[in-house]
Amino acid sequence: MSHDMSEDKLPESHGSAGQHEVATHGDPFADPGLPAHEPRRTDIDERAAKRAERQVSLMFVVSMLATVGFIASYVAIDADKIVYIFPLGHVSALNFALGLTLGVALFCIGAGAVHWARTLMSDHELPAERHPIEADDEVRADVIEQFKTGAAESGFGRRKMIRNTLIGSMALVPLSGVVLLRDLGPLPEKKLQHTGWDLATPEHPLPLVNMNTNKPMKAEDIVVGSLTFAKPEGLEEDDETFQQQIAKDALMLVRIAPENIKDKDSAELGFEGILAYSKICTHVGCPISLYEQQTHHALCPCHQSTFDLADGARVIFGPAGHPLPQLKITTNEEGFLVATGDFAEPVGPSFWERS
Amino acid sequence: MKKLSARRRHPLAALVVLLLALAATGGLYAAFAPAEKAQADTAAQSLAIDEGKKLFAVGCSSCHGLNGEGSSDGPSLVGVGSAAVDFQVATGRMPAQQPGAQVPKKKNIYTQHEIDQLAAFVASLGPGPVAPTEKQYTSTNPDDVAAGGELFRTNCAQCHNFAGQGGALTQGKYAPSLEGVDAKHIYEAMQTGPQNMPSFPDTTMPEEQKRQIVAFVRHLDEEPNPGGLTLGSLGPVTEGLFGWIFGLGVLIAVAIWVAAHTTKARKS
Repeated sequence: MSHDMSEDKLPESHGSAGQHEVATHGDPFADPGLPAHEPRRTDIDERAAKRAERQVSLMFVVSMLATVGFIASYVAIDADKIVYIFPLGHVSALNFALGLTLGVALFCIGAGAVHWARTLMSDHELPAERHPIEADDEVRADVIEQFKTGAAESGFGRRKMIRNTLIGSMALVPLSGVVLLRDLGPLPEKKLQHTGWDLATPEHPLPLVNMNTNKPMKAEDIVVGSLTFAKPEGLEEDDETFQQQIAKDALMLVRIAPENIKDKDSAELGFEGILAYSKICTHVGCPISLYEQQTHHALCPCHQSTFDLADGARVIFGPAGHPLPQLKITTNEEGFLVATGDFAEPVGPSFWERS
Repeated sequence: MKKLSARRRHPLAALVVLLLALAATGGLYAAFAPAEKAQADTAAQSLAIDEGKKLFAVGCSSCHGLNGEGSSDGPSLVGVGSAAVDFQVATGRMPAQQPGAQVPKKKNIYTQHEIDQLAAFVASLGPGPVAPTEKQYTSTNPDDVAAGGELFRTNCAQCHNFAGQGGALTQGKYAPSLEGVDAKHIYEAMQTGPQNMPSFPDTTMPEEQKRQIVAFVRHLDEEPNPGGLTLGSLGPVTEGLFGWIFGLGVLIAVAIWVAAHTTKARKS
């Protein structure tokens, strides 16, 4: 669309266009009024209008072709075909073709409609003056009058029994919604306080099972600097409640040279430097296992809480409020690592009743 | 010379001098850097351990001690095994260029033959993980990719990202991207736990599972991505950000462009 046009196609002048300039004399703040209507090029030049019409139709035709292209690519292109397209890299040819053709089809309808409206549809300008939102006094008085009449006719003020029972019924109705909130339950009761490890007792210790091999581990299997994930014996991935259970029971086993363990209580809970920490962050319960074996830091990927596993999983950075709970472990007579009880404190994020 | 001194007060003179000084320092460093001298005397065909010890004395002993006993600048290498040497040297991490949060991967300047000699020497210091043979890290079973994927998500994805893209750790440390990493080096990293990565010894992650993980990581590299741009494989956050900024941004730009261009015959 070139905008240069011969002067003879333009109207000579607009008589109204100069008016407001005159009005500013003497009063610089005078309301200049509405500017005069300017015709569009397509309003005064029939050839320009024809050209705009062809442009709009062209866009609609392109849209039609793109839709045909969409159907054709759906039929013709193999779903597994991968092509290289700069700068997207290797992409599925089908995905790319479908997205491109559908995008072009929709865009051309929109662009055609906008171009049509701007160049060819009526250019009539309709000024709408602002009015105060407030109704005038007469209307207000009328409404108040009607309200008073209605109130008197209903007898709401006179028949107290009806009024009071109505208020009562209205007050009770929302209770149905409140009662339905019970479906959010049942209450967790002691579930937050205990994990699957509470099946373990000093008499019947529960072996730690390696998540990789699904077998119990011996102390010598865990070398210094290694990281192993464990679950209680008896919890199987096929179990219906596995996901709920592992969200509390998951253990992170690390072995730290005993001379590097700063917290003696933590060393006591472990076995010869093998420490079993809950894998669940005490902030909002993300699985935390970004373990750095030289610094002994465990980093939570969600909010960067950092725990020093050599110092009783003390929080050294981030929003977590508690150290990671540590499970007391030892070995049984066959040499397998076992737990002799549950965590001493609830695992995972804090909650109201947490002591 | 007169010409030069006539321009010594030119505004750019300081810059030129600075550039020359930088080039001279860099050139001298490149010429005398210790790593460059670490060429084995290939003429001598003695035992690999003896050759390794010579290489070690040149390239490694300044930090790790003449007998690999370690010093304030580098840990003891007693018991790290040949797998650790092969990983660290073949990926160019060792010899380290400078101390820092983490020693980065860089160009390896040793031949595989020299690395094997170094590994033989370090392995002689004490028993440790042995560098794997090709059979150990090459998977032949196509099911290994799926099994490896599960193991990867349990053991590795927390640091290296679910698509092996790597990620940040604490205080400048990071888990590197696994893209294009040699199968042997992935295997060795699991065996030995280089730098801050924990190790996954055969006792807790058997050889077969390591092989499956290697198969999965290699598959990540080869697998075509039907979606095109990965945006770092970071998931919905980057994808959403991209959509909001570029998708919506283009729409806003088009709307502004349309509104900014009048169709009036007389341009005001």
